[in-house]
Amino acid sequence: MIEVVDVYYTYPNGFTALKGVSLTIDRGECVAIMGENGAGKTTLIKHFNGLLKPTKGVVLVDGNNTRDLSVAQLSRKVGLVFQNPDHQFFSETVEDEVAFALKNFGFQEDEIKRRVDQVLERMGLKQYRQSSPFNLSGGEKKRLAIASVIVFNPDYLILDEPTIGQDYLQKCEIINIIRSFLKEGKAVVIVTHDLEFVVDLKPRVVLMKQGKIILDDYADKALTNLKILDDASLLPPQITELAYRILNSPSLEGILDEHDLMEIVKPLLKRR
Amino acid sequence: MSKAIEVKGLYYRYDGMDEDVLLDINLEVKRGEVVLLTGASGCGKTTLCRCFNGLIPHFYGGDLRGEIRVAGFDVKKTPIHKMALKVGFIFQNPDSQLFSLTVERDVAFGLENLGVDKEEIKRRVDWALEIVGMKDYRHSAPYELSGGQKQRIAIASVLAMNPEIIVLDEPTAYLDPKTSLKIFQLLDDLNRKLGLTVILVEHRLDLASRYASRLIVMSQGRIVLDGDPATLFHHKLEEYGVSTPRLIRFFRQLEKEGYSFDRLPLSTEEASTLLRRIIS
Amino acid sequence: MMRIFEGLRFRRVESPIHNLDPRSKAVFLVVLSSLSILYSDPLTLTILLIIQVPLVYMARVIKFWLNSLRGSAFLMIFIFIVNFLTSYFYMGGFTVDGLIMSLSMTVRFITLIGAFSLFFLTTTPDDLSLALEKLKIPYDICFAFTAAMRFVPDIALEAQSIMDAQKSRGLELEKGKFMDRIRNMLPILVPLFIRSFQRSMELAEAMESRAYGAIRKRTSLCELKMSRKDYALITFSILFMLIVIFVKSF
Repeated sequence: MIEVVDVYYTYPNGFTALKGVSLTIDRGECVAIMGENGAGKTTLIKHFNGLLKPTKGVVLVDGNNTRDLSVAQLSRKVGLVFQNPDHQFFSETVEDEVAFALKNFGFQEDEIKRRVDQVLERMGLKQYRQSSPFNLSGGEKKRLAIASVIVFNPDYLILDEPTIGQDYLQKCEIINIIRSFLKEGKAVVIVTHDLEFVVDLKPRVVLMKQGKIILDDYADKALTNLKILDDASLLPPQITELAYRILNSPSLEGILDEHDLMEIVKPLLKRR
Repeated sequence: MSKAIEVKGLYYRYDGMDEDVLLDINLEVKRGEVVLLTGASGCGKTTLCRCFNGLIPHFYGGDLRGEIRVAGFDVKKTPIHKMALKVGFIFQNPDSQLFSLTVERDVAFGLENLGVDKEEIKRRVDWALEIVGMKDYRHSAPYELSGGQKQRIAIASVLAMNPEIIVLDEPTAYLDPKTSLKIFQLLDDLNRKLGLTVILVEHRLDLASRYASRLIVMSQGRIVLDGDPATLFHHKLEEYGVSTPRLIRFFRQLEKEGYSFDRLPLSTEEASTLLRRIIS
Repeated sequence: MMRIFEGLRFRRVESPIHNLDPRSKAVFLVVLSSLSILYSDPLTLTILLIIQVPLVYMARVIKFWLNSLRGSAFLMIFIFIVNFLTSYFYMGGFTVDGLIMSLSMTVRFITLIGAFSLFFLTTTPDDLSLALEKLKIPYDICFAFTAAMRFVPDIALEAQSIMDAQKSRGLELEKGKFMDRIRNMLPILVPLFIRSFQRSMELAEAMESRAYGAIRKRTSLCELKMSRKDYALITFSILFMLIVIFVKSF
């Protein structure tokens, strides 16, 4: 369990990005952290693996205070995949790139080989084993970035904006990867502003605004609360907005995708 | 001359590649159209856009076959700096297209390159900043701006050169949905006010399609669908790797229930109007 | 780490010094720097330091000027100690002469830091690039200079982002022997370089798309004009230099 207890964080330049944030994430959970730019989402996730230590308050990972451990130690359990794959690739081959973390963590040669094989297979990158990471397409680079983190099997996988620049098929792949990771009992946290992606995933949603959490609830409740979404400067899901326009019910809870709306509308249809 | 873009039998392959990336492209765009160009990654949409302002073939080299005329110029024979008078290009990355230390100088950059005199530059910079709503940021430095603001400045820099056509390659890739919507609204505004022809490459069909008069879907180097978005959405775009907006998916489900809609709704306003008619 | 770049950022303040042409300020800087290097006696050096103070005051950058001096305090002390110890060995003991010499070296250092700091605090990078253009340096080079300055903050942010990503994969930058630490820089430097190449391509594309290279003689939105105050500063600087040289020759 990752526990964030009343955390404040102020950057060296004086800007306070987190103002009293509290939240817990259990293994097996899927959580989406949403909010506009500057709300504090990326600042928050950097606390999970110790890249940032709270100015006030405490962050515990499986009971350990992040202040007591190094980033390398925390990263064994909390894997952070950043937005831009171009900000991490440096190896000659895809294979080396994936093995990097394992070498840092002191794994043995044969174990490294085994894991690299497994992960390349799982992420559909086996044929690129000897290729240069820089020759891969955008979607492949994203998969490689994720591969280079899941190779050391962290219990918590944190993805920062995994869908930027991805097309429909690539996003479906990412959803599959997330689901398979959840099936293994791990936790997945994604920072995103891709609403329709979140509607497909239906996770727990944490909404942030100006350094505070303004809502923490499941997608069917969080994303249908039009007032709070507006407060967080987020556009509502299209279907929810449509439901709002035509239905008289006070609650839009659970109306996220076309199937949800169809269930409600079907009995109301005038027969042709 | 009412044709902004005329393409006949266009094929293209990048230097050193074994296969063509554009195959038999035929396209005509009239002045004042707002064209939404979409397709899966690697389908050739960015490559096609580069042909519109001369980056292909003059910057990227490669082998360009077929005919392509943009704003009356034969692209193969016209250097990029001449194409720039008629066609403006906005790139994905807000940072890589602002290279001056102040907003003012960035917007003036193109005009300075063209040798426009100082007074005229000042006039056009004022006008361009006003029209994109960034007048107050005249003296700001690029690092002080947000992603959306940077893209607005990029648009202003292009507008200052008074083009007839503006091509935007996934301008909202790095922006959040709300900011993206504002950019699309700005483009719609520019199209109405200035009669600017807009070619917009986007994945965000749910937000952008209502502003487009035309939707073109590309797949594996070819144009596979081309028409009015409201009717084009009857096709299953998923087979080309493009996701259909949920509103459309919902209405397609209604069609399975026996209803038929000639024009599918592109916005929740249109959708609610249509839906009210069939609900008791 | 970002503090270093704070020094490169001019302060957007309205002051007569900020409004001066960078060329006249450059003349003043060159005169002051050359005189500080030419002469080693404490009196001259102190005068050269003090003469900056009214200008710093007029430019309303006292706080930032003092900050940059404060920032080099460590180096100042270092220079003093090294010189003092050198005089000890050279003169066979601690002497008053040695003390004075060490103080002079330190004052020279402060004077130079102060002069450069004053220049950069009151000159916009933009004005600097305009000055380069006026000096008939080819526009391509001026542009490269400006673009480099414009991207310094971005590159710093990227370096930070890259470090975060690599640390999250277990890279430990603080540990290890000297050679290990050098090797650990590779995962930081390689992406940084590659990103820079990518950016150059993107910049080139964007520049071409905005008609770069259309005609040989570019025009400019902003122009530098030398005012009376500029000529006054240049004249003063040159006269000052001549007087000092004259006085020192006797």
